[in-house]
Amino acid sequence: MNTHPKKLLVLIGEYALERFLIRDAMRFGAHGYTIADVRGGGTHGTREADWEGNRSIRMEIICDPDVARAISEHVLKNYCANYSVSMYVTDVGVLRPEKF
Amino acid sequence: GACLPLLAYPALRMLGRLNGSDAASIAGHYGSVSVVTFAVGVSFLVKKDVAFEEYMPLFVALMEVPGIVVGVLLARVLASSGGAEDRSRASVDWGALAHEIFLGKSVVLLAGGLVIGWIAGPKGLEPMSPLFFGLFKGVLALFLLEMGLVAASRIGEFKRAGPFLIGFGVVTPVVFGTIGTVVGHTTGLSAGGATLLGVLAASASYIAAPAAMRIAIPEANPTLSIVTALGVTFPFNLTLGVPLYHAIATRLTSS
Repeated sequence: MNTHPKKLLVLIGEYALERFLIRDAMRFGAHGYTIADVRGGGTHGTREADWEGNRSIRMEIICDPDVARAISEHVLKNYCANYSVSMYVTDVGVLRPEKF
Repeated sequence: GACLPLLAYPALRMLGRLNGSDAASIAGHYGSVSVVTFAVGVSFLVKKDVAFEEYMPLFVALMEVPGIVVGVLLARVLASSGGAEDRSRASVDWGALAHEIFLGKSVVLLAGGLVIGWIAGPKGLEPMSPLFFGLFKGVLALFLLEMGLVAASRIGEFKRAGPFLIGFGVVTPVVFGTIGTVVGHTTGLSAGGATLLGVLAASASYIAAPAAMRIAIPEANPTLSIVTALGVTFPFNLTLGVPLYHAIATRLTSS
């Protein structure tokens, strides 16, 4: 199987950020994203998704390294101070590089 | 709705010694309204056979937004008069905020429902009445059970809110509810209408306001406003508040 290296950027954060994260990711050059509703806890307390104001999302973006860097630096600078956000980047191999 | 946060803010700042952002955010929650509390008020009046003005749901839509906007303005205007660090936080993405509060689910559904009802008229709504009117109380009961579970699961967070905010969550609805009822009475509403205006003034938003405040005042601690609005004020209004505002309205009307 012939795979091509890309970065997988994963952002876990409050639902309130969803609209901004999508807008920012596309602006910095992402070609697409996947979002799932999740639950969890951490230093900002627990977010159980048991009602409208308590939802969290996990956003996954497969992209080139410089796009992942641009998005994550922007998120770090603008949202991490006041919102619950977790971020990590891993290496992935994709079959159709032009898609990402 | 717009005036109430201006009363709550100084109380939170001076008596509660909260920082400006937290005080403004909580004040905004109390300026906005809780639709569920209103629905309980309506079903309380229906059960007691008390008439009220048919246009009262319009007040829900009208009173949802101004309190939130005033809360945001309090945080921003007062922050911009502070130090350099405060000034950097003074910018608000008003476009995103307007989108959140005017196109939020609750406002769109409320306004949309009013428009649909107005266009369809009583005859047009007739076929739907078993679902929307017949099942209203049952669905409301299910929803309240669910909200009760959510509110109860947050009891552990009372510790973080502290005694002041718990007291604030009880005193504020009584004061605001009395103001709302008196305003309703003096502007010529019936006892039922004045009761509902009292209920609206007393209620604190826990769906629209938290979402808007997370965007507009991200540095405010959301736990404080949620525990107070949902954990204290919401159950207080449902159990003691609604009958109290009705008693005040009835006394005003009969005197």
